[in-house]
Amino acid sequence: MVTSVVNLVVVLAFAPFLLGVINKTKAFVAGRNGPPILQGYYDLGKLLRKGFVVSRTTTWVFLAGPVLSVVAPVVAMLMLPLGGRPALLSFTGDMILFVYVFALARFFVATAAMDTGSAFEGMGAAREVTFSALAEPALLFGLLALTRLSGSLSLTRMLDLRAAGGWQKASASIVLILASWFIVLLAENARVPFDDPNTHLELTMIHEVMVLDHAGPAFGFILYGAALKLTVFSTLLVTLLIPVRSGIDALDLAIFVGGLLGVGVVVGLVESSMARLRLVRVPQLLVTATLLAGFAVVLLVR
Amino acid sequence: MTPTTLELLAVASVLVAFSGLPGLLLPAGTRAAQRLATVLHVLGCAVGVSAAALALAGNTATARFAWPLPGGALTFALDRLSAFFLVPVFVVSGLGSIYGESYWAEAHHPKNGRKLRCFYGVATAGLALVMVAGDAWSFLIGWEIVSLAAFFLVTTDQDDVAALRAGWIYLVSAHAGTLILFAMFALLHDATGGWLLAPSVALGTSSLLRPILLLALAGFGFKAGVIPLHVWIPEAHAAAPSHVSALLSGVVLKMAIYGLVRVLSMLPAYPTWLGLALVALGITSGVLGVVMALAQHDLKRLLAYHSIENIGIILIGLGVGALGMAQHRLGWAVLGFTGGLLHVWNHAAFKSLLFYSAGAVIHATGTREIDALGGLFRRMRFTGAAFLVGAVAICGLPPLNGFVSEWLISLASFRALTHASGGVEMLGAATAAPALAFIGALAVACFVKAFSAVFLGTPRGPHATRDVADASRSMRFSMGALALACAVIGLWPTGAAGVSRRAADALLGTHAGPAASADLGALGGMPLFLLGAIAAAGVVAVALLRKAALTTTWDCGYASPSPRTQYTASSFAELLVGLFRWAIFPDEHRPRLKGPFPATDQRFASHAPDPVLDRFLLPVISRGRSILGLAHIIQAGRIQAYLLYIVIALVVLLAWSSAW
Repeated sequence: MVTSVVNLVVVLAFAPFLLGVINKTKAFVAGRNGPPILQGYYDLGKLLRKGFVVSRTTTWVFLAGPVLSVVAPVVAMLMLPLGGRPALLSFTGDMILFVYVFALARFFVATAAMDTGSAFEGMGAAREVTFSALAEPALLFGLLALTRLSGSLSLTRMLDLRAAGGWQKASASIVLILASWFIVLLAENARVPFDDPNTHLELTMIHEVMVLDHAGPAFGFILYGAALKLTVFSTLLVTLLIPVRSGIDALDLAIFVGGLLGVGVVVGLVESSMARLRLVRVPQLLVTATLLAGFAVVLLVR
Repeated sequence: MTPTTLELLAVASVLVAFSGLPGLLLPAGTRAAQRLATVLHVLGCAVGVSAAALALAGNTATARFAWPLPGGALTFALDRLSAFFLVPVFVVSGLGSIYGESYWAEAHHPKNGRKLRCFYGVATAGLALVMVAGDAWSFLIGWEIVSLAAFFLVTTDQDDVAALRAGWIYLVSAHAGTLILFAMFALLHDATGGWLLAPSVALGTSSLLRPILLLALAGFGFKAGVIPLHVWIPEAHAAAPSHVSALLSGVVLKMAIYGLVRVLSMLPAYPTWLGLALVALGITSGVLGVVMALAQHDLKRLLAYHSIENIGIILIGLGVGALGMAQHRLGWAVLGFTGGLLHVWNHAAFKSLLFYSAGAVIHATGTREIDALGGLFRRMRFTGAAFLVGAVAICGLPPLNGFVSEWLISLASFRALTHASGGVEMLGAATAAPALAFIGALAVACFVKAFSAVFLGTPRGPHATRDVADASRSMRFSMGALALACAVIGLWPTGAAGVSRRAADALLGTHAGPAASADLGALGGMPLFLLGAIAAAGVVAVALLRKAALTTTWDCGYASPSPRTQYTASSFAELLVGLFRWAIFPDEHRPRLKGPFPATDQRFASHAPDPVLDRFLLPVISRGRSILGLAHIIQAGRIQAYLLYIVIALVVLLAWSSAW
């Protein structure tokens, strides 16, 4: 229990670092120095100290977006096993809440974007809700496959592949799930090839364009929420990929954080090596992710 | 002697059935007539809800009356399953009657206000009759009362051409469904040897089982609006007054679900194909229903297509339950049935709430066109908040009621995969959870569109800029009550899930057992957890707000954004509608623009006519009519000619028989 709390605090503090790792990787590949690896923290510190400007058009819904974009990943993290220790909150069916709580955040982030009455933000919101909808079945099929493998209805035990001997028994399915969820990670977190977090052409953006009108602390919330969400999805991958438990709290946490850094590097490499997809191609890639995860289920049910 | 619950229900039905009658004797346009009808109706609904609550607590009752027509007797039975469906009937109908006080006030509608209230009561009583019918005859009598009363409700505004068209489409499709039900009940009589709607062992081995179930799916599907039999739904829901739309969507569709569930409860065993068919129909209706909703411009048509979506969700739940029964896995089956049944309540609550708040918008602005509205949240705070609650609930998002039923159905899907062997049933159940999540995510897209286009941003046209006021007190009361219901079921899920669990046990009859209780118990801890998260979010939001300074929307540096540059509802949905072009065939009008200042009539326009009704049925019917027109040669309407035909026919028959 104490370890779980410590791990949660560490991961909450670590999240902005992950963004730094991605940017550093991209800079390294491009032969640049890049921003400092702690840039995420500097940005957050600056934004939280700044004043807060809102449009006259907006209502209280405008604030619900940034706040929920932090609350949702925190709630999700409470249900995830971090660093090989059981989740703080674990109950039958928690994986369903895990998926739906992100949908709740998406509802309000998109509504907040529409609240400004700006065409750009409407465009971003429309793309966000469309692509996330297509990513959802992939996530669910992966979870179903893990339930089949572990016989459990709760994330902590589902993601622990040691007990069921997952890698030995069903390595093909697990590889399919990992591939599918990596695509989902890129889509849900607005990374290349779905969206380019560096672009400044509003017409082509998805996530960034939705939050154009959020300023100061509200934008800080969005930024931190994005870092947390990336960490949550990376946690899913790392927990599956490294089913090792040494029994020593600090070592397990270090392995876990090392895994998260690894995901950051991979995301950075993907971003360095390929361009953003045309918007019409995005659904095809997401359907592919769904099919991969669906295939994992079929292999396990037989 | 204390009255039985059935007698109590009879009192309630008589009160609501005749609530509109005294008003007919008073002159049109008088307030007293309206008040009297509402009081009687609400009183009847209160009695009805208490009867249903008593029956849910275990006070079931049956009654039998001899009658000289086929069947020999009329049987009525009030068990937990009936009572479960009666609760939304009386709650939604009672609240709708209060809502109608100001929505369709007698003073503004002297021509048809009395007719509306009269048939509103009759429809409610008919619904109650269907839910307690113990045999095929009483069921069909109630079914016809509702079907006919609903026709007069849809055509309340008899001068409105669109309402009349909707009414006729409804009437035709309702009776097509009834015709199929006649056939279904006739076969059922052959298979079970009686008219009673009670579990029958003979049914399991009967060769008629498959045709009976197929006819039940088709007949009840017509009423419930299962795609592709949904043609009446968008038209009727859009044309009817809003509290009637709420009654249609929240309760009348559920009458068909009840019928289906009642037929299921008669089965001694569940064939696998039935579960697979239910899941497949459910997913089709769910996904296509919400996609068609996305393509709509009319607020009430949009909500109507969402009814189709939610009927799909209910069918998915029932289908997963049936698959569980086919595998004899009670835990899995109970979760599916409980979720499907709870969604009946939930949909009645949030969809009626949405229709009421949409009605309030239409009442205030005079238009149903989503793209003509905007920025209403500042002036209609209560209505906007009510719509938002309904929107979050219908998307199945925590912490409101829609999430609870979707959680149960999804958990059934997950539970199915924990069993050692499962085969095709397991695969069928495994599609349910991803499908639900997909449907929910599409619903998020649709309600972000609907809520923000109507309530957020700046007003897009004269309808939205005119002097709009928030809804009247009676309308706010009905909306508030339903919003509260959504919140209570969401935050105290064990209560409602426990009730639906008992209804599911009544559905399973002798199959029922103690399985799945532990799974349901997991619901208990969730709300506290979520409430904590939401409270924390609220504190943070308030802290943020304190520092805010106001300015115009940034809009990438454009200094004076105009309402016309806002993203419209149609643009918002364009991406998703485009992805499903192959299924819903939207119309797009893209004129070629000429010159640097194109003429103003060169506008882009898109429409989404119903793919089944407008693209298929109506063209086929109109072509068919021209072919059948050939019959006019012999069918001229002259009596002499008909007499001649009879003489010729008789002569031919005589010649034919004597030749033998």
